[in-house]
Amino acid sequence: MSILAQQSAATGELRSRLNLLTLAAGAVAALVAPFVIYPVFLMNVLCFALFASAFNLLIGFVGLLSFGHAAFFGAAAYVTAHAAKVWGLPTELAILTGALAAAALGLIVGFLAIRRQGIYFSMITLALAQMFYFICLEVPFTHGEDGIQGVPRGTFLGFVNLDNNLAFYFVVLAIVAAGHFAIWRIVHSPFGNILKAIRDNEPRAISLGYNSDSYKLRAFVLSAGLAGLAGGTNAIVFQLATLTGVQWQSSGEVILMTLLGGIGTLAGPPIGAAITIGLQTYLAAVDFPVTVLIGLIFVVCVLLFRRGVAGEILAYMRKRG
Amino acid sequence: MFCIPYVKCLPLVALYGQLLLGLINGSFYALLSLGLAVIFGMLRVINFAHGALYMLGAFVSWWLSITLGIPYWGALIFAPLAVGLVAVLIEKSMLHQMYRLDPLYGLLLTFGITQVIEGTFRYYYGASGQPYPPPPALSGPLNLGFMILPIYRAWVVVISILACLATWLLIERTRIGAYLRAATENPVLVQTFGINVPLMMTLTYAFGAALAGFAGVLAAPIYQVSPLMGTNLIIIVFAVVVAGGMGSILGAIVTGYILGLLEGLTKVFYPEASNIVIFVVMAIVLLLRPAGLFGRAA
Repeated sequence: MSILAQQSAATGELRSRLNLLTLAAGAVAALVAPFVIYPVFLMNVLCFALFASAFNLLIGFVGLLSFGHAAFFGAAAYVTAHAAKVWGLPTELAILTGALAAAALGLIVGFLAIRRQGIYFSMITLALAQMFYFICLEVPFTHGEDGIQGVPRGTFLGFVNLDNNLAFYFVVLAIVAAGHFAIWRIVHSPFGNILKAIRDNEPRAISLGYNSDSYKLRAFVLSAGLAGLAGGTNAIVFQLATLTGVQWQSSGEVILMTLLGGIGTLAGPPIGAAITIGLQTYLAAVDFPVTVLIGLIFVVCVLLFRRGVAGEILAYMRKRG
Repeated sequence: MFCIPYVKCLPLVALYGQLLLGLINGSFYALLSLGLAVIFGMLRVINFAHGALYMLGAFVSWWLSITLGIPYWGALIFAPLAVGLVAVLIEKSMLHQMYRLDPLYGLLLTFGITQVIEGTFRYYYGASGQPYPPPPALSGPLNLGFMILPIYRAWVVVISILACLATWLLIERTRIGAYLRAATENPVLVQTFGINVPLMMTLTYAFGAALAGFAGVLAAPIYQVSPLMGTNLIIIVFAVVVAGGMGSILGAIVTGYILGLLEGLTKVFYPEASNIVIFVVMAIVLLLRPAGLFGRAA
């Protein structure tokens, strides 16, 4: 049984109407926001929105819970930072290199992890991500506890000066929008339909002649690459790549964002990312331990609120007709 | 001296020392993966909170010692009971709602509980550890002739093996164990025979948690009592469980010890890789025998 049996029953028409509405609201908010709110905070939210959406591609549309997605986000951050700072690559190429590196890592992790199903898959991804963390701790190019600092922001495509936060915001918005467009295309393609078939009933998909392992692996690599796109962009925004990015706590955070926003919905992960990052930023100023709050939200979501914000809205709209 | 050609030569004493350390780590891996396997067998829940419960066991012993003056021997009994009680609360209030859902939700719930427990302890006690001395009767070294063996460490290895064996006997050789194995196979049928399966589930979770708490008491004098002592351990134990397969109780125990020893050996010959060797073994096992060393194919 899939983790989101209750969500997938939503009718297509309602979904598309709601999607269009959310998209329009999101676009207006994204264009106005940087003039009201600090752009660096918004860029962080956007990067994590893409990260959570990439993660949701796996949990929501293939039914695979990866507990090690921070490895891809963090790996891309390291590679992008290294490429921009040491190799002197232009910013857009550095981010692309990071995303490709994350996809390559995703190929290795995915190849091993899809050999087991269900709960084992989650444990394997967690263990391999932890192994990657220890490797990052040891190898010289990541600079251990210090991380890679002082990464130049450079110019985008040779003419947009990224040291200007507002200009950079719109570049990040474009990257993140492109990433979401890619996810939307994947989910609604024939390939995406087969993924959903595997999610809902893997033995039946296999019996229809689909090589489910191959589809799962391709989805895993795509998800890792998109998480890498988010991680690389984030490294350029903060001019920094550290061990925090590859820690398993970060994998937990992206799960929380997706769970809170709504697993298996396209609008959910960005909503969850905005709430989570907002809370973290707010709590940084208050004397309350962030991990405890994250844990509490986790518990409440799993016990009472499994559909998430977007899923609840969808269910409410459906009830009203 | 002990040599591996082209790799390294080192005194035998260093080798023995690391092997002992490996055996001790292996004891903790075995106790924890055993508890995970027992819980998973019955509840179909992967208990992410296992590391936090282990930490709780160590903290309870430390509290007992500094507030009530209860020594190590008392802690060995009361701390696992206290942790088991906490587990009953967790199971009764939250975890039991997860049984009818996808098993992934159980993992997510216990992950959240872990964050709350560890975050709270870290808030009050910081990341540094509290010292907890071994009991006088088990302090000091034992000269074996070829090496000096700290008595406490020998005790940990012996008592862990005994605890593992006792658990194995309980599950494989007693009536309660037979009920448990039957309920694992077919809970509905066992319930129709008049056995209180929900109660068994609660007690199973409490028992697995108590094992983790017991490991925590044993660990308190070796490692310092710190809020994060279970954080990374639980992920290693996951790797042990994946490598061993959760099909058999004995498999979980044996894999725990083997991987602990292997980690100790790696510390001798290639220390840079000692952090990752268990994960590498897990990856190799997945390639060669996806169901795990002792696992049955799904």
